[in-house]
Amino acid sequence: MADQAMFSEQAMEFMPQLYTAALRMTRNPADAEDLVQETYLKAYRGFGGFQDGTNLKAWLYKILTNTFINSYRSKKRRPEQTDLDEVEDLYLYRRLGGLEGATAGRSAEEEVLDLFTESEIKDAMEALPEQFRLAVLLADVEEFSYKEIAEILDVPIGTVMSRLHRGRKALQKTLYEFGRSRGLVGDRDV
Amino acid sequence: MSDPNLGGDASGVADCQEAVRRLYHFLDGELTPDRKAEIQRHLDACSDCIEAYEFEFELRLAISRGCREAVPESLRIRVAQAIAHEGPEL
Repeated sequence: MADQAMFSEQAMEFMPQLYTAALRMTRNPADAEDLVQETYLKAYRGFGGFQDGTNLKAWLYKILTNTFINSYRSKKRRPEQTDLDEVEDLYLYRRLGGLEGATAGRSAEEEVLDLFTESEIKDAMEALPEQFRLAVLLADVEEFSYKEIAEILDVPIGTVMSRLHRGRKALQKTLYEFGRSRGLVGDRDV
Repeated sequence: MSDPNLGGDASGVADCQEAVRRLYHFLDGELTPDRKAEIQRHLDACSDCIEAYEFEFELRLAISRGCREAVPESLRIRVAQAIAHEGPEL
C-alpha cells in the first residue's frame, strides 16, 4: 500500500539527480523539466507495484530513461551517430601529463578540476552520442553499478562496459579539444 | 555475459598493460577482490600507473561535479502539484 505522503517522502529526494540526468539527456531545460515531471507522474502511478526493498533510485532512472527514449528522442528526430572514433587509452592523461611539474605543490585534483570549466564538462558530455552519454552519465555521475546500468538501459552488461569504455575516451578527446582551442593545453607529441 | 575479470596471469601481480586495461573496472569497483588486489600490488610498486589512476579518478570527480544541476524551485512545485492532482488513490 503506497500513498502520496510515502511516495513524496521516498522519491522526491532524487529530483536533483533526475533533473541533472534529464538535462544531459534532452540538452535543454524546458524538455528536462517536462521529462522529470512525466517521470514522477509515471512513478507515482506505478508506485503501488514497486517492490519495497528494491532500489528506488534505479527504478526511477529506468522510468526516466524509458520516457526519454520513447517520447523525447523521437520527438526531436535528431539523427544519432552510433559509432565513435577509436581513441587510445589514457588519452587525456598522456597529453596533460607533466603539468604537475609546472605547478608544483598542487594536487592532481586541483589540476584536473581547474583545467576545465563546468560548461565545458557539460558540453563535452552532451556532445557524446546518446547511447554512450547515457552509460557515462549513469556510471560517472550517478555511480550505478554495471548491473544496474544494464537493467536501466535494458542491454547486456558487456554492452554497458563497451559503451562506458568508448564513451569515456571520447569524452576525454572532446575535453582535450576544448582545452586546446582555449590555448589551455598545447600540442604534445605522445 | 562477458566477465571483466577474465584474462590476466597467475603471478599475483599485474603488469602496466594489465593495469591500464583494468583501470575502469578498478575505478568502477567492478573487480573481484583477488583481481583488485593484483592491481593494487602493481600500483603500490609503479609510480607511472598510480599517477595515471589518480588522474582518471580526479577527472571523474570533475565530470561528476561539473554535471550537477540545481533543481529550479518552479519544477519542485510543478511536480508536487501534479502528484496532488492525481489524487490519493493509486
